[in-house]
Amino acid sequence: MRDQIVVLAVVLPLLAAPACVLLRHPRVTRLFSLGVVAACFAIAVALLVEVRGGNVISYQLGGWPPPLGIEYRVSVINAYLLVLVTAMALVVLSFHSSGGPHRVPERRRHLYYAVFLLCISGLLGITITGDAFNIFVFLEISSLSSYILVSLGGHRRAVMSAFYYLVMGTIGGVFFMLGVGLLYQATGTLNLRDIAARLEPSLDDRSTLLALALLVVGISIKLAVFPLHHWLPNAYSFAPPKVSAFLAATATKVSFYLLAMILFTIFGAPFVFGELQLHMVLMPLSILAMFLASGAAIFQTDLRRLLAYSSVAQIGYMTLGLSTANAVGLAGGLVHLFNHAVMKGGLFLVVACLLYRVGSVHLDALAGVGRRMPLSSAALVVGGLSLIGVPGTVGFVSKWYLVSGVLERGWTAAAVLILLSSLLALVYVGRVVEALYFRRPAADHVRPDLREAPLGMLAPTWILIAAAVVFGLTTDWTYGVAAEAAELLLQGGI
Amino acid sequence: MRSTSRVREMPVLRVIARALVPMILLFGLYVQFHGDFGPGGGFQAGVIFAAGLIVYALIFGLGALRRVVPPILTERLMAAGVLLYGAVGVVAMFLGGEFLDYSALDPLTTGHHGQHLGIIAIELGVGIAVASTIMRVYYAFVSRRPGGAGAAEAPGDTP
Repeated sequence: MRDQIVVLAVVLPLLAAPACVLLRHPRVTRLFSLGVVAACFAIAVALLVEVRGGNVISYQLGGWPPPLGIEYRVSVINAYLLVLVTAMALVVLSFHSSGGPHRVPERRRHLYYAVFLLCISGLLGITITGDAFNIFVFLEISSLSSYILVSLGGHRRAVMSAFYYLVMGTIGGVFFMLGVGLLYQATGTLNLRDIAARLEPSLDDRSTLLALALLVVGISIKLAVFPLHHWLPNAYSFAPPKVSAFLAATATKVSFYLLAMILFTIFGAPFVFGELQLHMVLMPLSILAMFLASGAAIFQTDLRRLLAYSSVAQIGYMTLGLSTANAVGLAGGLVHLFNHAVMKGGLFLVVACLLYRVGSVHLDALAGVGRRMPLSSAALVVGGLSLIGVPGTVGFVSKWYLVSGVLERGWTAAAVLILLSSLLALVYVGRVVEALYFRRPAADHVRPDLREAPLGMLAPTWILIAAAVVFGLTTDWTYGVAAEAAELLLQGGI
Repeated sequence: MRSTSRVREMPVLRVIARALVPMILLFGLYVQFHGDFGPGGGFQAGVIFAAGLIVYALIFGLGALRRVVPPILTERLMAAGVLLYGAVGVVAMFLGGEFLDYSALDPLTTGHHGQHLGIIAIELGVGIAVASTIMRVYYAFVSRRPGGAGAAEAPGDTP
């Protein structure tokens, strides 16, 4: 009976969403969804504690045993992602501003919370399910709701970028679906472990190779791997800042889990990285992402776009860790999921604070704001330091293990490039810091009435930023879990 | 616009529609509750039911449909349908089974009575959700004024 909480993690937000539509009252729905997400977070933490050390919880939906029925399966990697998604959702939902220019109008706010909950339940569902088709269903739930969330940005271009995101995301979803179809044809089953057991990938088997190609490309679109990242900067910079914080911290992370699971569990590292040599594609693309996206970030004048391009670069670090296919590198990529979620989530919440008070996050508009909004600006500095990878922050932890993994693989040049790309991060973070602290506001931008953001916004922001420091100093629950998950993936388990 | 109103005034259409719409709705209900025996089920039934109501709106005008099914009701029913589906699963959990384990709904009989009950209940949820969603899509398309029907407006209209 205790295992019922596994399914509750998905069912609670899934049913809370229509309940929000029925409740209608803006404040009641807000508190209600906050409560639901808090419950999900508690469940996720309980599951993580339960499965650490190699336990696996399996849950049969509707009492139908797998492989026929849908199985929900929680091992350490799933629980890690569950905690990540629910924690970020909790922080972002508790981030509360009254009024402000980027609010959804009150009579439709209950729909906003409903969509938000649907997005959460989609992401949790992808993570928790052990059934390939079920993944597709949840992928669609989370994607459709995130298109809606992005379109709420208030600017006309938000609708356009949401539409672009929709087109790209749908292509990704279709590719994924086709890949699953081919796998089903090859193995006759949809249960992930069953597929993994029955699939015998070989270079001569065209349809299996095609399945792998479709799955990898489809998920890479959702993950925004370098040449397929085009939807991301627009989506993140025109979405409401809270939504950007949530999506940047969770959506791409769940896609990364999917990619890792497909490559390591379904097809297996010996085939993907041994016979097929996928890292010959993935590694250069990751390095290109690190450099080109960081380079693009340097030339942005809008803080949101800058952070969005930086996200593309950070995804490069994750996929680089994936392509090493050794325990340290993969763990580095996985720990970067959490670390990047914490810092980028925190930074986007700072953006929300700045937008709320300043009204724009154009670097010119931010000139001299450091003096008026010291706490928000300081949060941005700490988060920025973490992006660079300064010791004592989470960014350093990720890069440390990434570099170790890359060196263990024998890619000395790649290790040097990781360090060089950190210099690019130094430049773009430096530009923001320079604007905040060292530039005089232009004559038409002087705002003597500018005040610090309210506590309801600052507290969640600083929770994430503080987490970026705390988990930079103690890594037992981040790297420890990620290392266990990497070990599991390399063994082909889930 | 004029041609539409002329169509609406055609007595043949009005008489036939008056006779057909209840049939369509009834057929929708038949497909709904026959779903556990044969072809049919909530999705098809919902579409048929909503189509009947849309025919009603086409002939007798949007105002007439609004009196029958207020737009706000469609929003609530969409949510209620999903909740009904999910509630069946949750009830099964409370009765000691897994989520959506219909057998737990009727543990006393050894046959598949519970499965039967569960399917009927969830198909009802599907039917309600699909019918009201189609109505809502229809309202969104035909309502001219943004927000006039409580329908989906352009998302950019933050005040």
